Amino acid sequence: MVNTAASGKGKGPAPGAKASAAGPSPERPMTRKTPRSGEARKWGEITLFVGPALVMFLVFVVYPVASALRYSFYKWNGVKAFSEAEFIGLENYRRALFGPGVFKTAYSEPFWTAIGHNFAIIALSMSIQLPLALIIALILNRRFPGRTAVRLIIFAPYVLSEVIAGVMWLIIFDPNGIATKLFTDLGLTPPAGGWFEDQKWGFWTVFFVVTWKYLGLAIILFLAGLSGVPQELQEAASIDGASWWQIQRRINIPLIGPTIRIWAFLSIIGSIQLFDMVWVLNKGGTVGQYSTIASFMMDKGFFRKDMGFGSAIAVIMFLISLIVALLYMFFILRRDNSDSVKKAR
Amino acid sequence: MASTTQSTTVEDIRAAKKARSLRQRFRDYFAQSGIDNSASTYLSVGVALVAVAVTVGPILYLILGGFRSLQQLAENPTGLPSPWVMSNYSGILGSGLFWRQFLNSSIVSLATTAGVVVFGTMAAYPLARYKFKAREFIFVIFTTGLMFPLTVAILPLYLLIHDMGLVGNLFGLILPQIAFGLPLTVIIMRPFIRALPQELEEAAFIDGVTRIGYFWRILLPLARPGMVTVGVLAFIGSWNAYLLPLLLLTGDPHRMTLPLGVTIFQGQHASDTTAIMAYTSLSMVPALIFFVFMERRIVDGLTGAIKG
Repeated sequence: MVNTAASGKGKGPAPGAKASAAGPSPERPMTRKTPRSGEARKWGEITLFVGPALVMFLVFVVYPVASALRYSFYKWNGVKAFSEAEFIGLENYRRALFGPGVFKTAYSEPFWTAIGHNFAIIALSMSIQLPLALIIALILNRRFPGRTAVRLIIFAPYVLSEVIAGVMWLIIFDPNGIATKLFTDLGLTPPAGGWFEDQKWGFWTVFFVVTWKYLGLAIILFLAGLSGVPQELQEAASIDGASWWQIQRRINIPLIGPTIRIWAFLSIIGSIQLFDMVWVLNKGGTVGQYSTIASFMMDKGFFRKDMGFGSAIAVIMFLISLIVALLYMFFILRRDNSDSVKKAR
Repeated sequence: MASTTQSTTVEDIRAAKKARSLRQRFRDYFAQSGIDNSASTYLSVGVALVAVAVTVGPILYLILGGFRSLQQLAENPTGLPSPWVMSNYSGILGSGLFWRQFLNSSIVSLATTAGVVVFGTMAAYPLARYKFKAREFIFVIFTTGLMFPLTVAILPLYLLIHDMGLVGNLFGLILPQIAFGLPLTVIIMRPFIRALPQELEEAAFIDGVTRIGYFWRILLPLARPGMVTVGVLAFIGSWNAYLLPLLLLTGDPHRMTLPLGVTIFQGQHASDTTAIMAYTSLSMVPALIFFVFMERRIVDGLTGAIKG
C-alpha cells in the first residue's frame, strides 16, 4: 500500500554535495555560519519535529507490542509483580492451539471456535457483502432524483460507533422485541432461544448487524471508484450495442477492480480484529456462539486475569493478520501496486 | 433553465419558478440533468428507497421508541407514539450524566485529533524534506505501526497506563489514541508535504525565515487539506472508541465516554427499554451531525487513505 522505495530519491541536489547536507536546498539559510553549527542545528530541528511523535509512538505502541510478546512466554495474572511470573516457554501457545499442557483446563476448543467465527465472517463478507454492495453501487451509479441524499443516508451507519449500533440491535432483536413480532406477524418462526442466544441463529444475527453497519462503506467506496470511470467508455460501448450488464461486466467492474480489492483487504483485516460489536452483544454470546479471537482474548486475558495467555492470543492474532496481509498483498494486490507505480511515474 | 427572454432578472426567474407546476418542474429537472425518464431510473430509485429504508428504519424505530412509554412499546411498537411521551428524553437531558459523558467524549476526541494532527504533521515534515541518515528507518518504524492494531497491544498497554497512574484519567485515553493515530498521519502527510513546491521553501529561506518559522507560518496553512482529512478520521475513531475506555474508565459513569456510557446505562436500566432507546438515540446525534457536515471529507479521507 505504501511505497517507501520511491521516497527520498530524486529530490534535491545530488547526495555528497556539501551544501546539500542540511537540507534539499542548495541555498543555505543565512543564519548558518559553519557546517558544524548547521549540522547541530539540523539535528536540533529534527529532534524537535520528530521527537514528540516518536517518543509517544515508542512508549504507547512499540513497547506494549514488545511486552505482549514477552508476557506470552510467562504464566502471569498481571496482578502480582512480573518478576514473580513463571517462565513457561511456549506453553501458553500450546494451551491455545492444542491442549491443556501444564494447565488444568484446556482452552483450545473455544479458541478454534473463535478463529472459525473470524474466518466465517471473512468468507461471508466476500460472498454476501461484496456482491450485494457491488450490485447496489452499480445500480445507483447514475443520475436520479435525490442521489446526494441517498448516498449520505446509506453511508451514515459507518460513523456510528459499533457499540451504539450494537445496543440498538440488541433492543430490536430482543426475544420480545420488534423483530420477533414482525417475524410472527409474517407467519415465520423466530429463533426459539432468542436471536442472539440461539446456537444456530446467533452467529447469523451478528453477521447481519455487522453487514448493516459496514455495507454502506463498501457501497460509497465503490461509487467513488465508479465516478472515476470515464463516461466515454460506457457511451462508446452503449453505441456499439452493449447491454447494461455487459457494460458493467466488461468496463465498470474491471476498472474499479483496485478499489474492490483494497476494500476486501480492509474488510479481511477488520474481520480478524473484530471486537467492539461482538463484545457489546453479550460478550461474544452466552456460550461463545459468535466469539472472535479478540473477544476470546479479552475474556480470558483481562477479565479472567491471565495476562500471559491473553498475550499469547494477541500474538497469534497479530501473526494471523500478518500472514493473511502478506499473502493478500503478494497474490492479489501485487498487480495493482505495480500498475499504480507505473501510472504515477 | 428559465425564461428565454433577453432581459432576464433574478426576480423574473423566481416568479417563473413559482408559477410552474410541480410536475413541470420535475420534467424540467429530468431534462436538464440528463436523467432519462425510463424504467432503469425507476429501478435505481427503487433500490435506493429499499437501501434507505433498511438503513434508516432501525434508527427511526429507536428514536420513536424513546418517545413511548413501556406500555405503548408493548402494545403498539410501530407507528407514531400516541401520545408522545417526553419523559425519557427530558429525564436524560436534565440529569447531567449524559452531558458529562458528552463532554468527556468531546474532550478526548478533540485532544486526540489535535495531537494526532499536530504531532503527526510535525514528524512528517523532516521525514519529507530533511536529508539525514536515519530518515527512512524512522519512517519505516512509523509504518510498521499500521500493522499493530490497538487490540494486539491492549493488555500490556493497560498495565503501562495503570503503572503511570492514569487509569480513570482521560489522559490515559488520549495519549495512546494519539500514538496509534500517528502512523496513518505520517504516511498521508509525508507525500502531501513533499508535493508542496520546493521553490516556496527556498524563497522563504532566502528571505531569512527559519525552518521552524517556515513550518508554522507557511507549511501548516498549505497542508491544511491533508490535515483536515487526517483529523476527521482520527476524530471519528476516537469518538467511537470502546476498547480502551472499557478497560480504563471503570467505576463512576461520570468519568465515561458516550459509547461506554450507553452500555452502562443499558446494563443498569435493563427493564426500562424505552429509556435505553432514548439514551442510545441521543448518543447517536453528535456523530450524525458531525457526519452530515463532514461527509465529503470522510469519503475523501477514506479513498485517499486507501490509495495512499
